[in-house]
Amino acid sequence: MATGLGAPLAWVGRSALEISAGFGRFGVFTARAVRALADVGTWGRQLIVQMARLGVDSIPIALFIAAFTGIVLALQASYTFTGAVPLYFVGVLVAKTMILELGPVLTGLALAGRVGANIAAELGTMRVTEQIDALETLAYDPLAYLVVPRVLAGVVMFPIVVAFADAIGIAAGWITSLYLLDLSTPEFMRGVRLFFDPFDVRYSLIKATSFGLVVTAIGCFFGYTVSGGAAAVGRATTRAVVVGSMLILVLDAFWAATLL
Amino acid sequence: MSIVLEGVRKSFGDRVVLDGVSLEVREGETVVLIGFSGSGKSVLLKTIIGLIHPDSGEVVIDGRRVGSLRREELHALRREVGYVFQFAALFDSMTVAENVGMGLRRIRGLTEVQLRDRVAEALHLVELDGYEDRYPSQLSGGQRKRVGLARAIAMRPKYLLYDEPTTGLDPVTKAVIDRLILKMDRELGVTSLVVTHDMESAYRIGDRIALLYDGRIRFVGTPAEIRASDDRVVRAFIGGLPELMQEAL
Repeated sequence: MATGLGAPLAWVGRSALEISAGFGRFGVFTARAVRALADVGTWGRQLIVQMARLGVDSIPIALFIAAFTGIVLALQASYTFTGAVPLYFVGVLVAKTMILELGPVLTGLALAGRVGANIAAELGTMRVTEQIDALETLAYDPLAYLVVPRVLAGVVMFPIVVAFADAIGIAAGWITSLYLLDLSTPEFMRGVRLFFDPFDVRYSLIKATSFGLVVTAIGCFFGYTVSGGAAAVGRATTRAVVVGSMLILVLDAFWAATLL
Repeated sequence: MSIVLEGVRKSFGDRVVLDGVSLEVREGETVVLIGFSGSGKSVLLKTIIGLIHPDSGEVVIDGRRVGSLRREELHALRREVGYVFQFAALFDSMTVAENVGMGLRRIRGLTEVQLRDRVAEALHLVELDGYEDRYPSQLSGGQRKRVGLARAIAMRPKYLLYDEPTTGLDPVTKAVIDRLILKMDRELGVTSLVVTHDMESAYRIGDRIALLYDGRIRFVGTPAEIRASDDRVVRAFIGGLPELMQEAL
């Protein structure tokens, strides 16, 4: 047992070892999932089911968040620009902010909660109730059956959900400008077009794709590797949301630094 | 057609669970593996089918060394081995028919009609005709175990591994499950290894009974032989006599 100065050092050492072991486990898990990609017959059918569950079912919450974000952006822009900047700049701010940042990031964070938690809880429960073992005894590769379709569904569906969110956010900003800010449609659209670059949309979708990858992969990893009982499933679910959300913010900064 | 365990060892951290287990389950026989809670019976069963990898030793099924099999070979072997889980491990989101047909979907060339027939046949064998469209949450504990058994036998396996098939059931349902295990042996001619705590079941279904104790097989013999054994650990276990355990230690 370390005492005095040794205790914190021992704690740092233990933590470093645990983190390294975690990265190692994630590496092995990823390698096995990549190998399972070849088993198309197993994950092919599940992909459609997961695209509906993780993507289509997430659209209402994403649109809800995007709509209110668009409203607030328009109102805050008008409040900020009063007198100094022409009001049609509301369109610039709403469109740019929705597409470049708030559309993908807020949707990503919401889906880290909804999708990441859902996956971790479902796979974790399957693990502790031996359903994953049962799959193996029935000659299935559980990674091909459970992990690959969820991760692929995230990669495919997150950009679609974010594209809807971007559009609804801008539409909400436009309606707000129309009815609460006395801005006409041509004026709002003038602002939207002013600094619009098609690259912005690509940037938004690239971010969304990467968020889809990390949220689903992290959810699958924490759920699949659960050991213990209900408490362990709860911990895995929390971790999936926390780590998924943190990685979204890290990736957000990464893409801003590398692509803008 | 046999299952052979040769000096299987398995530890979790510092805890040695299996310390050189050797056992043979011969073709067509039913061996019942008994032992105290936490003695490693379920670990042993999972080691046989490759869900847990032993630290050393070998599991040989039908001449195939499980630890040396490639992924495809292991999948092929698993199609020949039915596994009945302690708590059934049914897929919650699927109906009974989907659960039972899950393994059958891995068989190439099986049509939907053939698959439905095989599911119905398996459910008939466990006396659950007409339960196809129910969900696991709509079943009693005994029915869930029977669906778990149906899922295992739907593949028409050569081997059946049962993990505590009667634990937590009332005496009548226990007897029903025991009867089904005997029926599987008679009608399907499978080679079975049954893990249980329940001595009544063990006597009823076992051709031989093996006691796992302290990571090793302490005793193996027929029901008559185990009843006649003067080994204190065996007598303590089968008689439920903790005082004999104190003396044995």
